[in-house]
Order: sequence, then structure tokens, then C-alpha cells
Amino acid sequence: MTGPERVRRSARRPVAVPPRVDVLVLGGGPAGTWAALAAAAEGATVALVDKGWCGTSGAAAAGGNNLWFVPPEGDARERAIDTRTREGGFLTDPGRMAAAMARTWDAVHELAAAGYPFPADQHGPGRYLGSLQGPEYMRLQRRRVRRAGVLVVDQSPATELLHDDDGAVVGAAGVHRQHGNAPWTIGAGAVVVATGGCAFLSGALGCNVDTGDGALMAAEVGAELSGMEFSNQYGTAPAFGAETKGLMYQFATYSRADGTELDIGGMGRPALQRAMVEGPVYARLDRAEPELHQKMRWSQPNFFLPFDKMGIDPFRERFGVRAVLEGTVRGTGGIAVPGEGCATTVPGLFAAGDAASREDITGGITGGGSHNGAWAISSGSWAGAAAARSAVGRRPVGTPRPAGRAGLRPATTARGEAAGVDAAGVVAAGVVAAVQSRVLPLELNRFRTGAGLRESLAVLDPLWEEVVDSLAPADRPGTHSRQAAAMVAHARWMYRAALARPESRAMHVRDDHPGTDPAQARRLRVWGLDEVTVAPASAREAVIAS
Amino acid sequence: MIEVISEARCIDCGICVDVCPTNVFDADEHAHPSIARQSDCQTCFLCEAHCPTDALFVSPLSGPAPEGSPLRDEESLAREGRFGEYRGWIGWGHGRTPGSRNDRNQVFTLRLRALRPPEPAAPGSTTAEKEGPRP
Ligand SMILES: Cc1cc2nc3c(=O)[nH]c(=O)nc-3n(C[C@H](O)[C@H](O)[C@H](O)COP(=O)(O)OP(=O)(O)OC[C@H]3O[C@@H](n4cnc5c(N)ncnc54)[C@H](O)[C@@H]3O)c2cc1C
Ligand code: SF4
Ligand code: SF4
Repeated sequence: MTGPERVRRSARRPVAVPPRVDVLVLGGGPAGTWAALAAAAEGATVALVDKGWCGTSGAAAAGGNNLWFVPPEGDARERAIDTRTREGGFLTDPGRMAAAMARTWDAVHELAAAGYPFPADQHGPGRYLGSLQGPEYMRLQRRRVRRAGVLVVDQSPATELLHDDDGAVVGAAGVHRQHGNAPWTIGAGAVVVATGGCAFLSGALGCNVDTGDGALMAAEVGAELSGMEFSNQYGTAPAFGAETKGLMYQFATYSRADGTELDIGGMGRPALQRAMVEGPVYARLDRAEPELHQKMRWSQPNFFLPFDKMGIDPFRERFGVRAVLEGTVRGTGGIAVPGEGCATTVPGLFAAGDAASREDITGGITGGGSHNGAWAISSGSWAGAAAARSAVGRRPVGTPRPAGRAGLRPATTARGEAAGVDAAGVVAAGVVAAVQSRVLPLELNRFRTGAGLRESLAVLDPLWEEVVDSLAPADRPGTHSRQAAAMVAHARWMYRAALARPESRAMHVRDDHPGTDPAQARRLRVWGLDEVTVAPASAREAVIAS
Repeated sequence: MIEVISEARCIDCGICVDVCPTNVFDADEHAHPSIARQSDCQTCFLCEAHCPTDALFVSPLSGPAPEGSPLRDEESLAREGRFGEYRGWIGWGHGRTPGSRNDRNQVFTLRLRALRPPEPAAPGSTTAEKEGPRP
């Protein structure tokens, strides 16, 4: 089938992008698509750009989402707020939790109306709408967004924001990576960053597109982050692969290579991860009653697919397991969104989904498995609507300037290499490997100590300087140098915040401070790139207000 | 990681090139798409889900399959029924029922909630080691 008459894929041109829209959405996962729908519903002109393909790209498309799906009846929602407030380490915002549950409930009914194939009535006690399988969910979201008149631009990562003389965000720029990295620029009345979290290219399911680009871009225009110490979420995967869906491990028993059983119940994560530090751990899903097996398979087909392909029966045979870093994807840190409608601390800039801090609804424990998906829906919907309203009549003051620096415009090239520094001094792959060596190991990141954090920063701080100085985009399709820069920035934010919290709270474990200190039940803001600063959120708000 | 594009099955629709989130494939004007950047593959299986002719095989390994591995051998994979497996489960393709109609995740999220350890009573009395289970 290679006849010349066939119109071949490579003959296609990149989508022509408009010079200006009301709302520009960066990222086409759940948060970005819900934002685009909400902005379009307000009557705004909307463009959505994705690094990958809106519909397959991101954590939800690959992994699927069980949702924080709580009925309005009785006191169910109040109880849900209470429980999560405690579990999350007393950092949540009850108002936003209630609003997120309400919005998620409505949004899921919108999905049902749009044709999501939920389980049919006859199978159970009622129609359950609280689980969304990834491929189906995101294929439908793509269709809905396009039907709403949103221009979708795929395979076109954003690399930087544009800002004006007032410091407001007025657009973004990027490249079409399937067309020789041809540049694009779109002006906008408001920009929604929905680029997902940062999982450090660990290979965690669906997360290699989530390299923290949005937070880097936001920090370059002065945005602040929050909750960055809660960035050390690890998923459990079979040792041979990287499938990090976790729910089915509730049926697991764990053992050592010699067969000695470990006394770790189901998904007892910290204990399991401590055991992994000590030596190889094996799992078997032998606590699942046989009559559940088929239900498990239908619920999470992609959990079982890798085992089937390997010829392993996970219910009967032991398989090695390992911990894979999911960083801020299933952690909770991200761009601070204290403003109405998930406005950031920078005018014209909104953030949603995993790119934003999720402390409001999940505190310091992971929101994976329920809260994160609900937050992506609700924060996306709020940010899209608020961005559309704020975009009305907004025009840049003066000439828009691109804000990107590290991994994009190396300082040595900017200086004309006058200092004689080799502009090709560092390469993206080397930077990625250096960051990963400090953030992937459980013993450095999951279980932290002051000394270990300082040791990592002693590597990461000079690495950042090198990146700023000499990491240049290579002629590979995509934005690998930019991704590498974003990862270094995240590692430094994470560890600075972790140092500033000398206690253990929720997922943040300091082995040198194992207890929880009631006086530290407050959030930490982080900002800056060359100079990273951490301060309690309340103190920071006071400074900004004065 | 992606290992196989079946020459016999591929109809050059270009969908895999379009949809791969990490841009692993290159279109080719004179041949089938090629696996141009295997090392960028994130093993998400979504190209398998979208390929209309079940022409792709993604091995479950997080690295490349070793030389001689059956996970790279089209004939053996075809014999074992490994092409189109994910698509079958999610029920995509003509005349199939979406797999999501059989989704019973609720059973497992409810069961998990019932297994939760008792909650700490007051602010500050918790330690991180008691962090509850989560999917
Ligand atoms: C294995 C796994 C299972 C999970 N299960 C659950 C669950 O059961 N319940 C739950 O609530 N949560 C779950 N989560 C979390 C949930 O999937 C995420 O919270 C959710 O996907 C967040 O949506 P998002 O749109 O913010 O990010 P993503 O879905 O990650 O999407 C981000 C998008 O941004 C794009 N992008 C990235 N960089 C750029 C750039 N520079 N320019 C343009 N676009 C860019 C990406 O290509 C991608 O399309 C799970 C996560 C994982 C990893
Ligand atoms: S999606 Fe399948 S049929 Fe289409 S080009 Fe790719 S491999 Fe070939
Ligand atoms: S498995 Fe995912 S990342 Fe790998 S080639 Fe297929 S679509 Fe691309």
C-alpha cells in the first residue's frame, strides 16, 4: 500500500494559527479541554495548543480517572471535606472543595449527555458516573472542544509566554514539532496554563509529556508556586514496565526474592517504599477473590494489558515491583492560584489542573485516584470562564515581549559568546540525567533529610546556572532543552520548599523530622528562578497586599 | 515501548503519527510510518488504541525489547493474538461495544475506602507514615 496516489501524511501542513484570540489554552488534557469549553461558552474565541495530541496526551488519557464524585444529598459532601481536611494535613480550603465537588458532579452529567458510554443501568444498583476511562474520556473531550468552535493545534508545544509593558501576559509562542519546529505566536487577552504537572520523564504512565513546562513559563513572568514540597508522589509499577495505575494493588501481598512475605497491607505506600529501598520487592494480587477478576479487568484493562503481553498471571504469579516518580502529577504542588477563577499572581495568566497547586482540595496528600481529576475539571472550567471574562477588551500595553530564557535563549549566545564559553556546553539529555539522579531515587526524594536536600541542591543550583548559560535548543523535533530546563527548575523549587518544612506532613517525609508540627499547618509559597525564595503563604500575601 | 509496525496490516492512514503524545513516529512519503524515536515512547498504548487496522504492537517493557525477543517478532505476536488487544478491551472498532460499559471501578474505590486506616483525631497528631492508601 505504498502507491503514490495516496495523499500521505507528511504532505499535510501545520494548522494555520490566528495572530490573536481572546483566550489561549496551553495543554489539551482534562484541565485544558474543560477550560476551552468554558471559555467558548462565554462567547470567547479560543485556541488550544498541545505538545502532543489533544485526546491522547497527558496523564488522564493514558491512565483514566476515578473521580471525587460525591452526591449532593445528605451530608456526604461535608463528610468528604472533613475527611480530606484531616488526611491532607490541614492545608485545604473548604470553600473550593465544596465548589469542586459541585462542579464535578455537573460536569460528569454533561459528559453523560454528550454521549460518554457509562455503564448501563442493568449492571448494577444504578448508573455510576464516577469513573472515566482515559481513551474514551479524552476522545470525547476532543470532539466536544472542536464542536464548540475551539481551534485545536496539536503537536505544537508552547515554549514561552509573551508579556507587555505592564507585566501582564498577552499571549504565547511555541513550535510545530512535526514541521521542522516552525515557530508559532498567538496573542491573547488571557492565557490558561493547563500543561499538567512535572513527572521528570520518569516514564510513569502517560506522564512523559508532563515536564513542568507551564510552571517554568509562568515563573518567568513572575508567577508564584505553592505546595512544591508535596511533589514526591511515586506510583507502583511492575518492575519490567512503567504502568503506574495503583488501585488494583489493594489486592496485593508483597514478598522478598526468597519468598518471605512482607507485612505490608494492600497499598500501604510508605511501608512498601521503605521496603523497596532495602531490596527488591515482589507482588501478587492474590487477595482478589476469583469472582472479582473479570470485573477488575474490565475496569482497568490497561492495568492488565502489560501482564497479558508478558504472559504473567498477576493473580497467581509473583512479579517484581518498583516505585516510579510521578512528581507533581500525583503530588499537589504547582502554580499558586489564589485568585477568583484560578487566577495566578500575574495579570492575564490563569492556571488549571496539575499545572496549578491542588492544595485547596487535597492538601499535602496525593489527589490521584479522585481529587486530581475533579480538580482538573473544576479548575479548568473556572479558569476558562474567568479568562474569557477578563479578556474582554484587553489589549497589550506597549510591545509584547517573549519571556523565555533557560533552555531557549542561552545567555552565552545572547552575549555573542564573547566570554569564549562553549555554547554547546550542556545538552538536554545530560541535564535530564543529572536531575533524575537527584529526584528519582526513593532514598533522596521520598525519604528526605536536611543534609540530603542540601547535597542535592549543591548539584542542582550550579546545573541551573549551566542551563541558563549554555543549554540551547537542538535540531531535534520538539523542545527537549526547554523540558530539561523546566525539570531543573522544579527540582530546585521542590527541594527548597522541602528544606523550609522541617517536619513530616502528608506525603512530605523528613526522616530528620519525623513528627508533624502543628505550628507548620500552613502553606509555603515558592518563587524565582535564579534566586529561589520560600515563604509562608500568609506572610507572602501580606507583602503583596502592602 | 513501541516495537512493531506490521507492514502487512498498515494502510498508511497516518493516525499513529498524529496521535502519539511523544512524537515517536515519522511519516514517510514512500513507505509506512517509521518508529523514528523509540526512546521517546512512554508505553501508553494509545497508538494501539487508535490504529484502525491493529497494525501496531507496543511491548510492555519500559525499555527496548532485547534482540531475539518474541516481543519484537511480528509472526509470533500475530500467532499469540497480540495485535489489537487493547482495542478489543476498550471496544473500539466497528460493531464493538465500548469497554467502559463494563467499568466496575466503583467496586474497587468503595472497597478501598472501607480498608482505610482510622483517621487521626486532631490537627498535628498525624505522622506522614500513617498516610492513607490511595490509587
Ligand atoms: C497513572 C495515573 C492514574 C491516575 N488516576 C487518577 C484517578 O483515578 N483519579 C484522579 O482523580 N486522578 C488520577 N490521576 C491524575 C489525573 O490523571 C490528573 O490529575 C489529570 O490528568 C490532570 O489533568 P491535566 O489536564 O492538568 O494534565 P494532563 O492530563 O497531564 O494533560 C496535560 C496536557 O498538557 C500538554 N502539555 C504539556 N506541556 C505542554 C506545552 N509546553 N505546550 C502545550 N501543551 C503541553 C500535554 O501534552 C497534555 O496533553 C492519575 C494520574 C496517573 C499518572
Ligand atoms: S495508525 Fe495504523 S494503519 Fe495508520 S499509519 Fe499508523 S500503523 Fe498504519
Ligand atoms: S505507546 Fe504511546 S508513546 Fe509509545 S508510540 Fe504508542 S502512542 Fe507513542
